[in-house]
Amino acid sequence: MKHITRILLSIFLLTSFGAMAQDSQSVEMADPMFQSGKIYVVITVLSIIFIGILVYLIMLDRKIGKLEKELKNKE
Amino acid sequence: MKQNWWKILGAFLVIYSIITGFLLPVPAQPILHETIRNLYFHVPMWFSMMVILGVSATYSIKYLSSSKFDNDIVASQSANVGMLLGILGLTTGSVWARYTWGAWWVADVKLNGVAVSMLIYLAYFILRGSVDEEQKRARISAVYNIFAFVMYMVFIMVLPRLNDSLHPGNGGNPGFNKYDLDSTMRMVFYPAVIGWIIMGIWFMTLRVRTEKLKRKILFNE
Repeated sequence: MKHITRILLSIFLLTSFGAMAQDSQSVEMADPMFQSGKIYVVITVLSIIFIGILVYLIMLDRKIGKLEKELKNKE
Repeated sequence: MKQNWWKILGAFLVIYSIITGFLLPVPAQPILHETIRNLYFHVPMWFSMMVILGVSATYSIKYLSSSKFDNDIVASQSANVGMLLGILGLTTGSVWARYTWGAWWVADVKLNGVAVSMLIYLAYFILRGSVDEEQKRARISAVYNIFAFVMYMVFIMVLPRLNDSLHPGNGGNPGFNKYDLDSTMRMVFYPAVIGWIIMGIWFMTLRVRTEKLKRKILFNE
């Protein structure tokens, strides 16, 4: 579910972004980085790291839940 | 799974902020350039920290009025997570400062205020560690924690507004609201803040549950 939303969001942003970021400014921005499209690599890397941490958290959460249950059964 | 919906919401909001935080256009500002995107990641740390320390202070008050030990556990574990978020906020802020203000640390009221309040909270943990008797420890640290939270608020919210500060919205500087935080940025910033607050609460509940388990095992055997 999360995955699908992410993909949909990425597609939506991919298509709409080109139109939005075209006005040229005197202030230096990371425009070449966006034009080459490689900013998506950074997003992917960050997302993977965050999702990894998330999975770890969920596993920890479950482990604690299991321990709680075991302790309850023991009493 | 039903009572875990808020964890999913929090995780989703943070992922959303990571993706949109890089993709959506941001206003072009001198000095800041692309680093303005740090707003989506650095500032939520502080918001999240404030909320979690608020929770900590609330549970300290609750402990004092009820003497229920569970309240003390929540208070101490929240303060712990608050410190984690504070350290993350401080280090990310330091990196940001290096490339915009020119130094890792500047003598800014807000920075020094935060540094002092971190030390105040450090003293809270030292205080907790130095009292052996449980009832006494809970009571003394609860009183101290309430003071610590008030001091923290004064240092981070009140004093920077009364003095000159490099932070936006402080000491006569225009806030991010004025021109930087346009409606596109709001669409990323607010979900990021809510997401990180939820993540902080999640961390806290994990710590609280572990602590309760530990107490059960230690005292029921």
